[in-house]
Amino acid sequence: MEYKDYYKTLGVARDATADDIKRAYRKLARKYHPDVSKEPNAEARFKDVNEAQEVLKDPQKRAAYDALGNNWRAGQDFRPPPGGAGAQQGFHFDPNETGDFSDFFSSLFNREFRGAGAGGGGAPRKRRGQDQTVRVQIDLEDAFQGATRQLRLEVPELGADGHMTSHERTLNVRIPAGVTQGRQIRLSGQGAPGVHGGPAGNLYLEVDIRPHRHFTVDGKDIALRLPIAPWEAALGATIPVPTLGGPVNLKIPPGSQTGKRMRLKGRGLPGDPPGDEMVILEIVVPSAKTEEARRVFEHMAEQLHFNPRAELGV
Amino acid sequence: MVKSETRIEGVVMDEGFVVTLAELTQLCGSSGRTLQLLVGEGVLRPRAGGAPGEWRFDGVAVQRARRALRLRHDLELNLSGTALALDLLDEMEALRERIRALEHQLGTLGGRDRG
Repeated sequence: MEYKDYYKTLGVARDATADDIKRAYRKLARKYHPDVSKEPNAEARFKDVNEAQEVLKDPQKRAAYDALGNNWRAGQDFRPPPGGAGAQQGFHFDPNETGDFSDFFSSLFNREFRGAGAGGGGAPRKRRGQDQTVRVQIDLEDAFQGATRQLRLEVPELGADGHMTSHERTLNVRIPAGVTQGRQIRLSGQGAPGVHGGPAGNLYLEVDIRPHRHFTVDGKDIALRLPIAPWEAALGATIPVPTLGGPVNLKIPPGSQTGKRMRLKGRGLPGDPPGDEMVILEIVVPSAKTEEARRVFEHMAEQLHFNPRAELGV
Repeated sequence: MVKSETRIEGVVMDEGFVVTLAELTQLCGSSGRTLQLLVGEGVLRPRAGGAPGEWRFDGVAVQRARRALRLRHDLELNLSGTALALDLLDEMEALRERIRALEHQLGTLGGRDRG
């Protein structure tokens, strides 16, 4: 396993005071908190910061960590001292702290043995497993039709011999049609396993819809800018419009301008009620490259006496 | 490493998902009292009911409650700090959404060369 440099993670010196550590932790926690941060890898960084803090804020754990010496470098292959640093000293862990720590941490503090029993004797307390949140990226088409996603999750497990092992789980999850950006899907009992026979936590999938080439999304509504020809705008026309369910015909009234918004009811993401598709018209002018095209525009200029800038007084 | 495979159907935490205060307490792993404080602070708005026993929360509120409790715990915020953080995060999200939509529209207007 890899050695973790907790001082480096928090950006503090090895002789930092408790206050320095607290300050550094709070600043980084605000920066990388997964509910706040848009930084890439925020989740992993936050986990690291939390783990570093868990060790360095507690004089006893910090001393045990420091006892490893300061010749280690982050990422270096680390083999725990026999018995683990925690074998001699009962480290205290708050049973309400459900932090999810690295193998390095577990090997150092034998956390799994002591976590629940630290308070006193008697039977180890049952504890519900942690809830977990995983982000899933889907396409807008998946949100429209529903989709199945395969998730690979690594689940840490306490083996019978007291060592941590990993267990890979593959979940085939049905993403129902009509999910919207940022919504969560709850998978009951699929979170972290419980401790000492407690029930497992829940797994939450947070839906992230990838940007679409043509449509923008707002909840269940979608929007599309629809290019139309000047004569379609002037004379009115019935034209095909893409929707998530395939093209439909839309009747454009005569005299339509760029920016005119038209609503296709129920053509957004499915639901009760379903969303709408907002169509925003955009007049596109053909280039006058040929002699013939030029003649048509010249004819319009002569015949229409049109000043689009009349309102500006010029 | 052992492998296992499970096929599974989840529940979308949207407006159609409705829970009582007791169920919300379970989902959040928090006390009813803390959740009542969040309601009092305006962080959570029950969908129906006057007395806490009659309150109903939808999936969006559950997601918000879990977020509020995580922030409160991890950043050691007090209640009004939690409420402020959530309001600002909501506003940021709405603005980001708006920027995305506007950029999309501008991109379409300015970006194409039509021959």
